[in-house]
Amino acid sequence: MKRISLILLTLLAISGNLFAQAGDTSVAMADKLREDGKIWVVVAVVAVIFAGIAINMLRIDSKLKKIEKELNIK
Amino acid sequence: MRKIWWKILCIVIIFYVIIMGFIGPVPRLPIINESIRNTYFHVALWFAMTILLFTSMIYSIRYLSKGRIGDDDIASEIAKSGIFFGVLGCLTGSVWANFTWGDPWPNDPKLNGAAVGILIYMAYLLLRSSFEDEQRRARISSVYNIFAFAVFIPIIYILPRLTDSLHPGSGGNSTFGSYDIDNDIRKVLYPAVIGYILLGLWVAELRIRIKRIRRFHEEELIKTGRL
Repeated sequence: MKRISLILLTLLAISGNLFAQAGDTSVAMADKLREDGKIWVVVAVVAVIFAGIAINMLRIDSKLKKIEKELNIK
Repeated sequence: MRKIWWKILCIVIIFYVIIMGFIGPVPRLPIINESIRNTYFHVALWFAMTILLFTSMIYSIRYLSKGRIGDDDIASEIAKSGIFFGVLGCLTGSVWANFTWGDPWPNDPKLNGAAVGILIYMAYLLLRSSFEDEQRRARISSVYNIFAFAVFIPIIYILPRLTDSLHPGSGGNSTFGSYDIDNDIRKVLYPAVIGYILLGLWVAELRIRIKRIRRFHEEELIKTGRL
């Protein structure tokens, strides 16, 4: 099961590169932004915010675990 | 459920969605332009909410058939994270509608249906808070939860499709599948739904554990005669 899911994950990661963006530029999209518009900065900021939220949740989780251990709840 | 792996999985999936959601390729469509990326965040939110509310209903049924108060705890907390997602879905939908349909709340059957649905679930929370006795609260609100879900699905998914709606898949509009057929969207949307579901379950799990600790504490107090 573990091996199958690993293979599937690898295939998914590889397949991402196979789809090239269509060359049609008639519809306005944020092409400039993606060329050199530092969209990565925004992605990084959002990722940092979510990382903070995730760390916070994990800490609450571990604190609860500690209390449960003290009280001997399952 | 106290295992850590699915929480790590949730974090990894949401990071994937954040990065691929902004950077990944999307189909070029007029009017919605770049805002099609909201599919990953707004649409996935509603899907996750539906699954969460469905899970909550299953636990309500389980409570009614087995009578364990723990199942009612699980049902109510999962319903709460589902309602939270629903409120967020309304707000994010408002923002998106403002810039693509030109009105934060167009008179769209799907929007009004969603608002009514959220209100039905708000009534569920109100009902829960109006009982003192635990078993009574659990029994009556479990029955209500089942009915709420049974009403919720038609008014949010079926009725809007019978009339004209701005949302895809309604009236003369193309179905969700016609732009979802794009594999680029699919590769991020489905992980996004799973990520949101796991996040909702995580929040619910934390709240359930707090509830259990509180119940345990109360029982201790009763045992030692301090209450």
